[in-house]
Amino acid sequence: MNLIHWVFLALGAIGLFLMAVDPRRPQLALRYARIVVLCLVSVVIVTPFVWITCATFKIGPVLMEYPFLPPVALWGETLGLDNFRNLFQPRSTLQGEVRFGQFLLNSLFLATAATVIQTFFCSMAGYALAKYRFRGRRTLMLFMLGTMMLPGMLFLAPTYALLARFGWIDSYLALLVPGAVAAFGIFLFRQAMLSVPDGLIEAARVDGAGEFYIYWSIVIPLVRPMTAAFCLIVFMGQWNSFIGPQVFIQSAYKLTVPVVLNQYVTQFSEDYGLFLAGTFLSIFPIAVLFLALQREFIGGLTSGAVKG
Amino acid sequence: MKTAAMNRPGEQAKQPSPSVVNPAAERVPRYAPLRWAPWLFLSPFILITAVFFFYPFFHAIVLSLYQTVGTSTRAWVGLDNFFFILGDVDFRRAVTNTTIFAVANAALLLPISLGLALLLNSGKDRMKGVFRLILFSPNVVGQIFVGIIFAVIFVPRYGLFNRFLHDLLGWGLEAQWLQDPMMVMPALVLTNIWLYAGFNMIYFLAALQSVDQTLVEAARIDGAGPWRVFLHVTFPAIKPVAVFVLVISTIGAFQLFELPFALLRGFGPANSGLTIVGYLYDAAYNIGDLGLASAVGWILALIMLTVSVAQIGLSGALKDEN
Repeated sequence: MNLIHWVFLALGAIGLFLMAVDPRRPQLALRYARIVVLCLVSVVIVTPFVWITCATFKIGPVLMEYPFLPPVALWGETLGLDNFRNLFQPRSTLQGEVRFGQFLLNSLFLATAATVIQTFFCSMAGYALAKYRFRGRRTLMLFMLGTMMLPGMLFLAPTYALLARFGWIDSYLALLVPGAVAAFGIFLFRQAMLSVPDGLIEAARVDGAGEFYIYWSIVIPLVRPMTAAFCLIVFMGQWNSFIGPQVFIQSAYKLTVPVVLNQYVTQFSEDYGLFLAGTFLSIFPIAVLFLALQREFIGGLTSGAVKG
Repeated sequence: MKTAAMNRPGEQAKQPSPSVVNPAAERVPRYAPLRWAPWLFLSPFILITAVFFFYPFFHAIVLSLYQTVGTSTRAWVGLDNFFFILGDVDFRRAVTNTTIFAVANAALLLPISLGLALLLNSGKDRMKGVFRLILFSPNVVGQIFVGIIFAVIFVPRYGLFNRFLHDLLGWGLEAQWLQDPMMVMPALVLTNIWLYAGFNMIYFLAALQSVDQTLVEAARIDGAGPWRVFLHVTFPAIKPVAVFVLVISTIGAFQLFELPFALLRGFGPANSGLTIVGYLYDAAYNIGDLGLASAVGWILALIMLTVSVAQIGLSGALKDEN
């Protein structure tokens, strides 16, 4: 018998007690069971996050000794920032000295650039599909749906050949330009912009507003929640992206965080603290952004699916 | 607040706008910018699609008939790439692994997601938001990071998961999740459930919230229990979304690569974590044969297309019977 068994026994006992209190209408017991199951699932979901947070602050020798934090009495000698100090140490590579801070900056730059580019281009295309009637509109949308069914990896080899011909291998252009307008994003913006009233756009037109002005100053501000959600989706996608940087980038100082951490896992396979601290640092900014924008984000994900 | 009102376009739609009354609005399509403006807005998309979709798409067909060394040299091999892949033991391993994963995805992950959505949907709104946030949260972490974290969680004897199993069941402290070829797939499926249960749940939840509650009430008054209400009222109502989630999630499962690659630090013992995309990556990145990689890409596309069409077709056939 240990703590886990006692917790489960106690939960079961409370359930039985509630069924005994209210035997004919088991609503109370059902409501209780529902909360217990959801709480247990939540604990399972949250545990790895708690675990990695604890792990990054434990010094190397005790990292695997305690599942979470060591007893408070030992905190002085077992907790510290050693892992981060170790992580940010300059490391020599074939192309000279590189620091982990550099990779964080690279990832930050790429994610921000991709967000700006994709949000701008996808919203433009989405606006055209939502608010203009023109020949070929249906065909275009069917074509976009079709492209989403193809595996992205089919394009890896021919894109590599193409980028090599452009001389873009080892350049960030290789990561930013091919994905600059994603069909998925166009659909999200189209869906959101459909609800902008036509009358508003026509009124602006009658007042002499140009087409780009209408898009930029009237329609974009109206779909701000969708824009926020899409920005987060792109930012996260680029921040977490692995295959692109892994295949198209060669210089050590241009690499991004996921690629470098994947290398560290084999390079420093015994030094868990090092790459767990790196992983912790790369989850943290995304988690903060997600918490700030979660309502828009989750809403944005489902907006196309359920209405359509 | 001005911005708050601007964010709710639906309210503005109710206000009468002058152009609705104005018969001149009928003639607006003659206004010249309406002809060229959409194409101007679409021009970045058209340009990027032409260069980075159409060209690679057709080039992939050509490439798959060549054997290449990097991007410089290539030799015509006809269909030999396809014959080689179909006869390769590693590729069969990859197809088997990917298929098992996709089946586990459909048979375990989706029912769990649906169950969680049903549980969540039957409660009050305030708690719903909190649980939804928690259950969804693993999705913000990239597959590479998840792989790195779970590789340490699955460490024998000291790993969190093995310690938990030992405390709960008295078994599993020494389980070699990532070292024993037979244990790799269960570990992968468990990690995947942790990662995506909440993601699919979001779609089911959105669908459940749009189910007509009067139908549910009517069935209840007629004496249907919770199980029959679900089977005959709720499930038919959310079926289009369920099929959508099944297809999307299967497409995702067939493109599995980063999670096992990071979790196993490669393809795992006896290639037990090798997937079709992993095989493609190996052909392109390690072997450097872009022709072989393109051929794998086409086979993958064909498999995915077949499976998607079969899923949509089968669910449609079931619909007709009802």
